[in-house]
Amino acid sequence: MDLTLTPEMAAFRDEVRAFLEAHADDYAGGAPKDAKAWQKRLIDNGYAARTIPREYGGYGAEPDILKSRIIAEEFMRAEAPRGLAGQGVSMLVPTLLEVGSEEQKWQWIGPTLRGEVVWCQGYSEPGAGSDLASLQTKAVEDGDDFLISGSKIWTSTAQLADMIFCLVRTEPEAAKHEGISYILFSMKTPGIEVRPLTTMTGQAEFNEVFFTDVRVPKANVVGGRGRGWFVANTTLKHERGMLGDPNATEARLNSLIELMKAETVGAERIIDNPIFRDRLMQLQARVFSMKFNGLRLLTAAQAGENSGLAGLVVKLQGCELNHQIAALAIDALGELGILYHDGPHLRAKGGWQRNYMFDLGLIIGGGTAQIQKNIIAERGLGLPREPSPAKG
Amino acid sequence: MRFALSQEQRMLQDSLARTLAEASSLERVRRFAGDPKDKGADIWQAMAEFGLAGIVVPEAFGGLGLGLLEAALASEALGAAVAPVAFMGVVLAPIALMRGGSEAQRAEWLPKLASGEVMAAAAISEPIAGPRDGAGVTAADGKLNGKALFVPGGLAAGLIVAADRTGGLHLVRGDAAGLTRTLMPGIDETRRLAELSFIDTPAEPLVSNEALGALRDAAWVILAADTLGASQVMLDKAVAYAKERRQFGRVIGSFQAVKHLCAEMAAELEPARALVWYAAYAFDHAPDEASLMAAHAKAHLSEISRFIARTSTEVHGGIGMTDLLGLHYWFKRIGMNRQLLGGPEKVREMAARAQGLIPA
Repeated sequence: MDLTLTPEMAAFRDEVRAFLEAHADDYAGGAPKDAKAWQKRLIDNGYAARTIPREYGGYGAEPDILKSRIIAEEFMRAEAPRGLAGQGVSMLVPTLLEVGSEEQKWQWIGPTLRGEVVWCQGYSEPGAGSDLASLQTKAVEDGDDFLISGSKIWTSTAQLADMIFCLVRTEPEAAKHEGISYILFSMKTPGIEVRPLTTMTGQAEFNEVFFTDVRVPKANVVGGRGRGWFVANTTLKHERGMLGDPNATEARLNSLIELMKAETVGAERIIDNPIFRDRLMQLQARVFSMKFNGLRLLTAAQAGENSGLAGLVVKLQGCELNHQIAALAIDALGELGILYHDGPHLRAKGGWQRNYMFDLGLIIGGGTAQIQKNIIAERGLGLPREPSPAKG
Repeated sequence: MRFALSQEQRMLQDSLARTLAEASSLERVRRFAGDPKDKGADIWQAMAEFGLAGIVVPEAFGGLGLGLLEAALASEALGAAVAPVAFMGVVLAPIALMRGGSEAQRAEWLPKLASGEVMAAAAISEPIAGPRDGAGVTAADGKLNGKALFVPGGLAAGLIVAADRTGGLHLVRGDAAGLTRTLMPGIDETRRLAELSFIDTPAEPLVSNEALGALRDAAWVILAADTLGASQVMLDKAVAYAKERRQFGRVIGSFQAVKHLCAEMAAELEPARALVWYAAYAFDHAPDEASLMAAHAKAHLSEISRFIARTSTEVHGGIGMTDLLGLHYWFKRIGMNRQLLGGPEKVREMAARAQGLIPA
């Protein structure tokens, strides 16, 4: 155990700090004033797309997990906006780097990193949620193209996206996991209909997407025909890391502490109420656990070691914790906690209520809590899988 | 930056676990638990030979000179083995002497503690958890009067570090006049608690009153680590049982109802390990955070281990309740660690205080 920074790392931290101070006028309230210009500045300085090779439009640094963490911490401290983190940057780009063809890398990584191309993800279907591999959207051969028909659901940003990375069944005769391909196509292609899906937050965070004979060149398949399931698992791994980020959870807890210090009921500050304070302390212990667990994962990753259970539990625990932090904020606000949308008494623009509802979606999405428990039990504890009903 | 145990730390823990498997088998623990006259002398001897008695005593005084992280790793191994070892005094007495004792006091006691010749206990419950049933100790003119409750290892200790009502610390010899020790029978029969009564008992004050806070922080980390070890064993036993027990023609671990209980235990326990490590590390290397992290480790491990203790027992079904299996030794060990030196609600108040959320 040694949590001190080497002189090299301390110098790097100072460099990041100096950068953020020098450009403090370029952002406000956690958002850049010009998103594309900010993204370019971050890439040029190695604070976004850091390890992506230069020829594909990244900064081209050697992977260094500690430096990545220092960047994350300093940006959080300065409340500075990070680089673009949509599904294209977070999920498609790492997948292309791992399994994409040279041409696909050239064509898509740079524009995606620069924010010129926005992506959405076409995985889940109405009949294929937790059992994703049973997906039925079909791609029928027609010369050098596929004709894609079917529908996808939970497709966030589909209404804004230029492109989609999508799982389709190209080999209907093959076994469930082996007939799937991972394919890229434009959302402007004829035959695509996007319908917004309004959730309990009142906003359309998701969409349904319908495909009718959408013509896509076969060359757009990533990672080989029939290999889509394995390609998708590469991507899901990146998503699960994104959904349990302890830095984001700690930032949210700190906002809750500020709220409880600032808000009063009558003459009493909420933080002075022993019941709310006790609940806050219970959550803080969990936040610290996840934070230090994150340091442990970081060390394991640096050493190239498998982190085992410590990594497998992050999505389940992290998403639950975020939800509970929002729940405490609502409870602590009392009747003010019911307000939403607008109005002079509303706190944090209704963000706590929105998080409380939206985070339930994150507990369900990216592998439900129950699927996570299966993964923990089967991969982490070596418990047997549920016997297949087909085998009796 | 490296957040992981070193090779040496892992070896220390593994070799202690091996020593305990022999010196403190479940069968040996059962005998200790069932016989009040059994002082566990053979187990203590094995621990002293291992070097455990001097784990935090500086090398200059014959100890291993290790930090609280190593002591926590040892405590975790002791909890895993439900070992009848009064480890609290082993850790707290040297810390009291190093942080608050005089040169002469250190020179007199530390070598004897390191060799295991003298076993120590810490009587600090009242100023930390609050006095109950008229307990509390007053100090005047080099003499102690009053009662101290809930002293682990207090029945046999040759040296007692006793706190008075104002938080002052005193050294009391095991053979001091006016000292009476009485067993406080509790749920956990692997570690005995004593009620100490002082009537004009000669005592030597430590020179600094600052040490009590450090003793509290160290004690909370040691208890959290003991709970971590005991909880891990309860999880491991539940998983092993779920892989072997068959009902309805299947091993019960293939049912999601059972499998998910195991996953929930693991999901609670695994991140808590990092919290215990950090709290122990902070005690030696990040003093500003030490009290906060010790409090969180104690309270959080207490909460998740209650869930693990009952859930592991449930996964075992009826056999989990029996003395035949002996799972209850871990269940009770966890139960005692939860209450000792403050239950989670009390300890969380200290966590709030340590970060200035309520006045100190």
